[in-house]
Amino acid sequence: MSDQVLSFEDLTVDFEVGGTTHRAVDKVSFGVQPGEVLAVVGESGSGKSVTALAALGLLPSNASVGGRISFGGDDVLSMSRSELTTLRGRRIAMIFQDPVGALDPVFTIGAQLVEMIRTHQPALSRGEARERALELLRMVEIPETRFKYYPHQLSGGQCQRVMIAIAVACDPELLIADEPTTALDVTVQQEVLDVLLAMRSKISGSIMIITHDMGVVADVADRVVVMRKGAVVETAEVHELFDHPTQPYTQALLDAVPRGGLRAEAPADSASDTAPALSIEDLVVEYRGRRGRTVRAVDHVDLVLNPGEITGLVGESGSGKSTIGKSVLGLAPITSGEVRVAGQALTKASSADVRQTRARIGVVFQNPAGSLNPRATIGQSIGEPLAVHRGVRGTELRGRVEELLDSVELPRAWAGRYPHELSGGQRQRVSIARAISLDPDLLIADEPTSALDVSVQATVLELLRSIQDRLHFACLFISHDLAVVDQVCDRVAVMSQGRLIEQGDRESVLRDPQDAYTVRLLAAAPVPDPREQARRRGIRLAG
Amino acid sequence: MTDQVLAQTVDEDVLAGRGVWATVRRRVLFWLPLGVLVVLVLMAVFPQLFTSTDPRACDISASARPSSPGHPFGEDLQGCDIYANVVHGARASLSVGLVCTLIALVIAVLVGTIAGYVGGWADSVLARLTDVFLGFPFLLGAIVVLNSLGKRSVLSVSLVLAVFSWPTLARMVRTTVRATRDAEYVQAAKAMGFPIRRILTHYVLPNAIGPVLAVATLTVGGVIVAESTLTFLGLGLRAPSISWGLQLATAQSRFQQAPHTLIYPGIFLAATVLSLITLGDVLRDAVNPKGRS
Repeated sequence: MSDQVLSFEDLTVDFEVGGTTHRAVDKVSFGVQPGEVLAVVGESGSGKSVTALAALGLLPSNASVGGRISFGGDDVLSMSRSELTTLRGRRIAMIFQDPVGALDPVFTIGAQLVEMIRTHQPALSRGEARERALELLRMVEIPETRFKYYPHQLSGGQCQRVMIAIAVACDPELLIADEPTTALDVTVQQEVLDVLLAMRSKISGSIMIITHDMGVVADVADRVVVMRKGAVVETAEVHELFDHPTQPYTQALLDAVPRGGLRAEAPADSASDTAPALSIEDLVVEYRGRRGRTVRAVDHVDLVLNPGEITGLVGESGSGKSTIGKSVLGLAPITSGEVRVAGQALTKASSADVRQTRARIGVVFQNPAGSLNPRATIGQSIGEPLAVHRGVRGTELRGRVEELLDSVELPRAWAGRYPHELSGGQRQRVSIARAISLDPDLLIADEPTSALDVSVQATVLELLRSIQDRLHFACLFISHDLAVVDQVCDRVAVMSQGRLIEQGDRESVLRDPQDAYTVRLLAAAPVPDPREQARRRGIRLAG
Repeated sequence: MTDQVLAQTVDEDVLAGRGVWATVRRRVLFWLPLGVLVVLVLMAVFPQLFTSTDPRACDISASARPSSPGHPFGEDLQGCDIYANVVHGARASLSVGLVCTLIALVIAVLVGTIAGYVGGWADSVLARLTDVFLGFPFLLGAIVVLNSLGKRSVLSVSLVLAVFSWPTLARMVRTTVRATRDAEYVQAAKAMGFPIRRILTHYVLPNAIGPVLAVATLTVGGVIVAESTLTFLGLGLRAPSISWGLQLATAQSRFQQAPHTLIYPGIFLAATVLSLITLGDVLRDAVNPKGRS
């Protein structure tokens, strides 16, 4: 035990929320060994982040901690404020989820690095600190010329690498990374993880990485701790865990990871003489940026959705995939080109016609917490499209709302609840119920599951698919997650920088990609298989 | 994290009967200010119920006499009974405060919502207009307007005060409306093709109005005092009228010699404002589903 860098023994953390105490961490014991990468996995609310924050003494004031946390033999919980300050940054460093928010926007990244170095090593002169800072930037593969850049001039991935540089500036014995790549695109995630792993050999310390993504775990971890509802479920070596999970929960978690190929081949479409559910012709969307510059978000895109077909629109952030969805919904300006919904052109139609057309489109947004009116009960939200567009009232409306709740597998009695009383997955079910309330010809789902935990995501996707099987609407499924798209879609379209670079059947695009970008995207998405990840990393580093 | 904790604590039994009324009914902080306000309104409507003394029957020889039998609050500089004055003054003060706030609120919600929701040039024009009113000196404006009006009633004074108090509220409405305009549920409502009027009344305003109402309740107190400033300058309600503001204005110069002339009307003013604020807070919480249960 004593050779462990950091060890938790029977750690319990209680939060007091509005008079009631809630146990966030319940008798957790595990340790980080020298030089290893330990991954702590769990869904939201499993207590993984709270455990890490407790190790740094960073818990909010309404938390009470029990048990023992020892770091290199010292008890962290009994440390004074000044002892904790020297512990943080110097011996334990932390990287947070949102790199852009964690950097100070008014100082250059160079100044922030130098400050960090000089705070913890006051003996260094200004020049020496600057030298060290440049060396650190080189280590995280950021060109020295960026020394004088401000955070907003760097991309998210670069910011996260600067955060890593700041974190390792003082050769910490332990680096804690809390969801370091969750806010980043897959290709960028890969670069950051590569840099993070390279750090391990350079700082000769241990890394504790907190994540919800089994693919990331398979990619970087040596050992894995699985947490659920504040308790440790399983601790195992990574190959062991993926090959022979001993706990049912671990098994369920692994099963919930979308693997694709679950959807049966789309039946060969019988005569496509009906108008396509959605056809986008040569669409260009431009936004007026600052100082009169125009930003072209969507650049001459053609896309056709046939009735009853789910088309996945994949791309990284900023690729324009959401903008396409928005322009169909009338939330983004159509600069040129045409959008037709069931043959009805949107740009030339009268506003009454557009309203009519919109009633035939259902929408599911990414953030289930944000897309429901917080002042309305879920029954009101679900019934509202019916009331507004069809004029359904009274008992008939109540009956329809109950049917819709049934169809998304929520209890009928919940119609009187408010959105904040539901969990994320349940709220997303409500969004789906609202979207299908008018029996739409077209459903636009904009990252419907990316804010949800994997196990919840699996059930929501399952639901979406079964409803689609029943109602046969066409669906534009916008997502950044290739595995999810693989799981639900018939056709796939890949976007990058506003252009549609590849589209076709799911099998042809995902199994036999033609475009170099698609190939890169597929290779970057981590799969929950440590051997496959190790193989890919070997190829990448050799190449 | 906390979201989850909250979600877990809501059980089936909470669902039964938790409308606004059911929530509010159980709270002392609802009944207490409501009681005070009911008494004050009764006072304003039927002052005879509370005192039979004529507030205008004054005995100059009893000038500034502290409380004595028959005159529980004492007498003011003119020797008039302060209790009777406070009771009879409720009508003018409450109506000026409430009418003015109401007018200001209506203008503010209209202007602020248009500026915040439509944005663009409408926002620029309305924002400049608000600035003009904010930049215009209140007293100068009031003097000009009230002098040219000639006749002064509760309504005209309220109107003048409202003209100068809506811009602050309008700015707040604009800010909160802008924040809710970009919320995802508003986008969702637009995407579902709901008419603008419905989006505004069901989505934007209910979610944006909370902070504005809180400030509006504060405005009531401010207006009652502002009326006294006007009266002090001879521009508000004329001396034969009775109002708390008028009493406060006359009392403040002699505060050290006769503190009771200031304290008693002051207590009534404070009680009114405090009750309104507390009631506003409780109602705001109750109307917000998250504050219930």
